[in-house]
Amino acid sequence: MDFIEILFTAGFWAATLRIATPLIFGTLGELVCERAGVLNLGIEGIMTMGAMSGWMWVYMGGDLVSGILFAAFIGMLFGLLHSLFAVYLGLSQHVAGIGITMLASSLSYFVFRMLLPTATTPPKIDPFQSYPIPGLSDLPYVGTPLFTQTPMTYGAFVVVLVVWYVLYSTPVGLAVRMTGENPIAAEAQGIDVLAVRTGAVVVGSGLMSVGGAFLTMSAFDAFYFGMVNGRGWICVALVIFASWNPGKALLGALLFAGIDAWQVRVQQLPGINIPYQFFLMAPYVLSIVAMIVMSRRALYPKALLVPFRRGERT
Amino acid sequence: MTAILKLVNISKRFGSLTANDAISLSLEEGEILALLGENGAGKTTLMNILFGHYTADEGHVEVFGKPLPPGQPDAALAAGIGMVHQHFSLADNLSVLENIMLGTESLWAWRQDTAFATGRIKQLSRDFGLTVDPMAQVSTLTVGERQRVEILKALYRDARILILDEPTAVLTPQESESLFETLRSLVDRGMSIIFISHKLNEIVSVSDRVMVIRRGKVVAEQPIRGADRASLAEAMVGHTVHAPKGDVLAPGDVVFQLQNVSAGAADGGQPLVDVDLAIHQHEIVGIAGVSGNGQQTLADLISGLCRPGSGSMTLFGNKLAHYNPDVMVKSGVGRIPEDRNRVGVIGEMTVQENLISEKRRRLPFSKFGFMNAKVIEDHAARQIDAFDVRCQGPHAETRLLSGGNVQKLILARVLDAEPSLLLADQPSRGLDVGAVAYVHEKILDARARGCGVLLISEDLEELMALSDRIVVIYHGRLSQPVNPEDITARDIGLMMSGQSEAA
Amino acid sequence: MIRLEPRETAPVWLSLSAPLTAVLAALLLCALLIMWTGASALEAYGLLFKGALGSRFAITETLTRATPMILTGLAAAIAFRAKLWNIGGEGQFYAGALAATWLGAGAITLPPYLMVPFLIGAGALAGGLLLLIPAILKNRLKVDEVVTTLLLNFIVLLFVNYLLEGPLKDPMSMGWPQAAPIIDEGVLPAILSKSRVHLGLVIAVVAAVLVWALMRFTVWGYEIRAVGYNAAAAGFAGIGVNKTIILTALLSGGLAGIAGVSEVAGTKGYLTLDLSPGFGYAGIAVAMLAALHPLAVVASAVFLSAIFVGADSMSRALNVPTYISDVIVATSVLAVLVSGMFTRFRLRFR
Repeated sequence: MDFIEILFTAGFWAATLRIATPLIFGTLGELVCERAGVLNLGIEGIMTMGAMSGWMWVYMGGDLVSGILFAAFIGMLFGLLHSLFAVYLGLSQHVAGIGITMLASSLSYFVFRMLLPTATTPPKIDPFQSYPIPGLSDLPYVGTPLFTQTPMTYGAFVVVLVVWYVLYSTPVGLAVRMTGENPIAAEAQGIDVLAVRTGAVVVGSGLMSVGGAFLTMSAFDAFYFGMVNGRGWICVALVIFASWNPGKALLGALLFAGIDAWQVRVQQLPGINIPYQFFLMAPYVLSIVAMIVMSRRALYPKALLVPFRRGERT
Repeated sequence: MTAILKLVNISKRFGSLTANDAISLSLEEGEILALLGENGAGKTTLMNILFGHYTADEGHVEVFGKPLPPGQPDAALAAGIGMVHQHFSLADNLSVLENIMLGTESLWAWRQDTAFATGRIKQLSRDFGLTVDPMAQVSTLTVGERQRVEILKALYRDARILILDEPTAVLTPQESESLFETLRSLVDRGMSIIFISHKLNEIVSVSDRVMVIRRGKVVAEQPIRGADRASLAEAMVGHTVHAPKGDVLAPGDVVFQLQNVSAGAADGGQPLVDVDLAIHQHEIVGIAGVSGNGQQTLADLISGLCRPGSGSMTLFGNKLAHYNPDVMVKSGVGRIPEDRNRVGVIGEMTVQENLISEKRRRLPFSKFGFMNAKVIEDHAARQIDAFDVRCQGPHAETRLLSGGNVQKLILARVLDAEPSLLLADQPSRGLDVGAVAYVHEKILDARARGCGVLLISEDLEELMALSDRIVVIYHGRLSQPVNPEDITARDIGLMMSGQSEAA
Repeated sequence: MIRLEPRETAPVWLSLSAPLTAVLAALLLCALLIMWTGASALEAYGLLFKGALGSRFAITETLTRATPMILTGLAAAIAFRAKLWNIGGEGQFYAGALAATWLGAGAITLPPYLMVPFLIGAGALAGGLLLLIPAILKNRLKVDEVVTTLLLNFIVLLFVNYLLEGPLKDPMSMGWPQAAPIIDEGVLPAILSKSRVHLGLVIAVVAAVLVWALMRFTVWGYEIRAVGYNAAAAGFAGIGVNKTIILTALLSGGLAGIAGVSEVAGTKGYLTLDLSPGFGYAGIAVAMLAALHPLAVVASAVFLSAIFVGADSMSRALNVPTYISDVIVATSVLAVLVSGMFTRFRLRFR
């Protein structure tokens, strides 16, 4: 097997989709926030929170589907907190977001330790199992990797379609985009800018949280410390790479995951003498490269980072 | 005739400033009511209260006999009020259709009925002669087209009361006339209009009734028929203002010259195309044009923010080797930027810090990289005094200053260096009459001293009053200079819209 | 309905009491969490205080821990002033530690009075150069520095990991991934007997004073503040915005790099992968708590360090997870952020 042959293995494609799933959720979540004009750097912490809370729900006896909903709900609460700071109080979105990440990740670890004080080896749950889609999964070549995934991976693709449709084809999506482009104009059309921004941040944070929950409830079966490991930040980079477009966000996440899945396999090829740390760096280096490549074309929402306060127009 | 809109005893205070002091107003069906007043008189505040952007401290609003809940733009929209803001409320990156449709459907609808909306917009466009392509992205539209979109926004929502805030500020005289025709046809169909302006001539030609506001109070109200212009003007200003006039001076040497200069704009604005321009000592050259035709690039060139792509630019007879703000300031260029609050000063820094921003590295203000606090403070105290900057002192935060005082601060900074070339980019925009006169006086003083001045303005009256020569900028090209005494505002308007090369 | 109105000036008592009230509020909120674990909040805070400041040993431990946090706090404070969002303190910390290890573990030997400044200079340079990459990308290509600095943290840590398992691995370390110790000439001497407090504390405090003086009295400080408040106006006035960003990056990264040197050559003696329990990230909290004021950074670093040190001993005694300290820190940061609103705006109820 060589570098190229890897690309023709079912395992590679299956892994790509698996690795892409949390990135898709996270990137879309961040994208929804930013489209309304709010940077959400709470993403890293909110994903950690989602990973912990969803897992804990199931560990405490809940079922998987309600666990996802619970993770989304908790993520939305942190989204609400972020909007309180960044939308209603108009504080620096950077600083508030970093504060949210600090709070959400430390609380996740605290609660985990609190509820499971003595666990030395991480306790496990029964995670989502792969669900072959009848018919499609029997297709030659593509059947196994593409249609034998866990329900959350299918869900990620559905979410892309939903976000895309809502943003571009519904009144509320138009309101979100207008709020991110020109909040004063949106207000003059009777739109409650603060409510729209809050709604977008809450929904976006819920999506991020589900992305985190995928890690503990589908990709793995336990909660580890530091398990989000920068995925949130990578999502922020992917939003820029995608030029704030949901379709491109999906492509970006897949491309990114593909390279990640590929490098893991290259590592195992015989005769490769590159230390494994350099392979592990790949996602982070890649994110930076992606941002550099797209920098000239970045068409960011005009009111991103600009707080909106009612009655302050001149 | 019945009053369809009533504002009763509206008061609004911002900190210590009373913007509206118990103003009452009523609008009758099918009339155009003009609100006349200086900048800062409180007209815009009043309309923002009516429209729900602000909440009044006292008083209430009634529309069609029903009270309007305060502070809710959506309630005002629902009551049939449409507003065209002075600074357009459009999202550049969205289409005309999207800008108009926003908020007209239930937010929770599953889909947008774009086909219906497109048809309706086209219908309205035809009915009122407001031609615009619904699919076009707003960023590609001209200023006049954007205004049409704003009016369409109101019509689309079946507004019965339309408020226009300084709608002609950015239009050529011809565009203004066509706007007035549109307004007339709207009134004929039962629309009622409030027209806000500080330009007396316009008000006389378009409105039925005029209400004059000064310092937040109604000082006069009468039908336009038989109104005496002079008395209206005096009511608006409160006293007769002596408009400064320059003495006749013979132009001296060339201080600044552009020869065949083309220059790209820094941020994707209109570039300059093969431009020739010369400014002499004792001369004010006015640049007329609809905004967005390359004025920004021209100003950036003189400010040192961009460089000529081709052609030559000479300053006091020398060809420049480096182009940056420091070089310009050191060579003796004074720069009054267009956006005084965002570019002219740093609001979070103190008055004294802003006064030395261009000479912070020079003796005696700093030495070996250390600032000399005493010198800086004394300098500021002197300048505040000399230029009558109203503030709490050298240590006051600049963001707390009023627009007029910010402009005085900038004048103090710029003129203290006794520049030989002065760029004045929209120097009096948004200022009250007193401050405008002050700014004009200072510009004329500089001219008398021997300074060459480039005056960029959207206000034709200002240009006609101050300039020795006027050059029209259109699509990045400059016209031949004309003498303001040999040409009418109408003819300049034609040149501004590209319809004639020179008069 | 509640409205915010900008204040013209904030009274002094308010600017001082607002952050203190905020921290108090954060402690009260976290008391709820402590009570949830079944412990008494009063007892927990008592033990926390005792563990942090209750004995000579506790105080010296708190100061030792505060030392790198003062430096990373200054790094964040100076960068945030210029609105250069350097979240990469952790990476720059390791870059500094790495430089000190590379040069100070035997490669070069100088007398101590030269060796120590040399290592500090090398660490500062390494940290500064690391931040230069995002700064240049920001200037040239408008690449968002938040994300690049964050991602560089991960890259640097993996790189250090590689070096510790490979080229820099100490052959005497019995297989542990750690580097050879800093030679005696390069070690920052202890400044208090029978404690771990070392010269790094003095360096950190001096750095705080210098940064304060720089921001307050020099043209550079003026330019950094101007660029941070309003880059467009600063550029119009002739301030080289890009140059200022580069200068700020070098200073900020340099300070975080010195923190790394201080830890490796002062506290621990050799480089390991767990040299920093998140000092770089803590620096952001320190700076935010100090409202970016360089002198307040010292107090805020000592305070946060006390929380960390105190929480360690408190959690051992009461079975409250140690993560409580991180929660307290995060809550304090957010509370102080909100309290900043009260100094800039007044609330009006109607």
